Amino acid sequence: MTVSFFILAALTIAGTVAAMSLRNLVHCVLALTLGFAGLAALYLQLGAQFVGFTQILVYVGAVAILAMFAIMMTQRAGAVAQPVFTPSRMPGWIAGGMIASAVFAVLAWAIHSSAALPKTLPPQALPSQADAGVRAIGNALMHRFVLPLEIMGLLLTAALIGAVLVAMQEQQEMP
Amino acid sequence: MPATVDQIFVICKHWLLGFAPAGVQPIFSALLSVVPILVVFPLLFAITTVLERKGLGRIQNRYGPNRVGPCGFFQPIADGIKSLTKEDVVPATADRVAHFLAPLLLVAAAFLAYAVLPIGRNMVVANLNAGVLFFFAVGSMVELAVFMAGWASRSKYSLLGAMRAIAQMISYEVPLVLASVVVIMAAGSLSTVAIVNAQVGYTGIWPHWFVFTPWGFAGFVLFMIAATAESNRSPFDLPEGESEIIAGYYIEYSGFKFALFFLGEYLGMFATSGMAITLFLGGWAAPFSFLTWIPSYVWFFAKLLTLIAGFIWIRGTLPRLRMDQLMSFAWKFMLPMTLLNIFAAGVWHFMPAGYARWLACIALVVAPFLLLGRGLQQEKKSGIRSYRFAE
Repeated sequence: MTVSFFILAALTIAGTVAAMSLRNLVHCVLALTLGFAGLAALYLQLGAQFVGFTQILVYVGAVAILAMFAIMMTQRAGAVAQPVFTPSRMPGWIAGGMIASAVFAVLAWAIHSSAALPKTLPPQALPSQADAGVRAIGNALMHRFVLPLEIMGLLLTAALIGAVLVAMQEQQEMP
Repeated sequence: MPATVDQIFVICKHWLLGFAPAGVQPIFSALLSVVPILVVFPLLFAITTVLERKGLGRIQNRYGPNRVGPCGFFQPIADGIKSLTKEDVVPATADRVAHFLAPLLLVAAAFLAYAVLPIGRNMVVANLNAGVLFFFAVGSMVELAVFMAGWASRSKYSLLGAMRAIAQMISYEVPLVLASVVVIMAAGSLSTVAIVNAQVGYTGIWPHWFVFTPWGFAGFVLFMIAATAESNRSPFDLPEGESEIIAGYYIEYSGFKFALFFLGEYLGMFATSGMAITLFLGGWAAPFSFLTWIPSYVWFFAKLLTLIAGFIWIRGTLPRLRMDQLMSFAWKFMLPMTLLNIFAAGVWHFMPAGYARWLACIALVVAPFLLLGRGLQQEKKSGIRSYRFAE
């Protein structure tokens, strides 16, 4: 728990809160991107280089842009959404808050009681583990989890080729 | 003596580091690594703008800039003063915060990419285990900056340019990453330093660069095409298309913010060229074994300038693509070729060394190239163009 952790945590929380409370949808996506970037920085601080960079590549680079496109396609840019805090919405807020805290409690309990988390952290063990991160992930993917990886790869390649085929057929119908 | 000259910057850094008190040494060391990059690459940008304008002038049979300084080489200084003294106009309806942040994010992301480029032997800012992944991750942040610029300007041209830019960048990012996968497979590492070290070494006088293998050559060509599209340069300059949408996503910027967009674009071009050099052209390694006495950083910048010359040449030669041509080229040609190239690299890895492996891999690269080219050509049903002139 260092100073940088608290700064990054504050940044992430501020970004996600702003994403829910801002009135302009494009601003919401930009704030959400800040939250994603803060999460990536937190991963990096924990020494998980691979996860951190993948977080930036996938969420900042792709998911945020996808969300932007969805907003641009479905509504006029700059349209102002309804205010979030109104008295008529209070029951919704209470129900949502209760569900969120229940999910958080279950997650916290599961993580706390799982065997993956050592009860006492060895001091200053993180930087040395960080160097092995990418190699360890690669070894795990190529040995223990090779079948799920191959199936995922096959599925994604099929989806990619399928998308190209769909696009090709559309273009042939046009003339 | 050559070893000292080769390591002169590293030695200088350690010498300067000796003056700093122990408490501030990590920060001072980081500063000493970062500041040269912040100085050298913008300077290279300034030089490149002159060279590009003069080169394009030659290609288009005119002079280019030749008024400021000897042969017009002080033109960038004049341009810099001009853009610093111009008024910073922000449109009345613009989203001021996003409008202001977009050029900053673009330039910051472009500079971040240099953190993992090995400029010379032992000369890299951060030797990350996931260096190549870092490079593509910060590269994807550029798209967000472009979108912010286009959307925040609240102008039809800006929005059109941003839409085009993002469609193009997302489409060509896939082949860009897939083309570099072959090198990661061959080197067995995501670290840029390890990738360069895998290419240092000579058979006779010939280097072990990845570009001198069938899959490496195909990968290099595909990577450079995708890099041209990623940096929005001609023939893929639809997002800027001066004749169609004036300047695309940065049309509503003026003064130094406009210059920042140019800086970011050129820095991105240098960074992807540097990545191509790192992945395929042996990084800082000398091209022949008898030239290893020339310092490593000289080789890196020589290769970088060669690639930039290629970019300028292509910009002066090829006309702009149409949007549908751009998309079909990315998804119907680049993507299948990169996937097959990965397969070819796998075959290369598992076949015993010898002529059979060369033949098999060349066949695996050339046959799909010919078949795809023929197939796409037939689909278009294009024949010999007939011209009609006014009588």
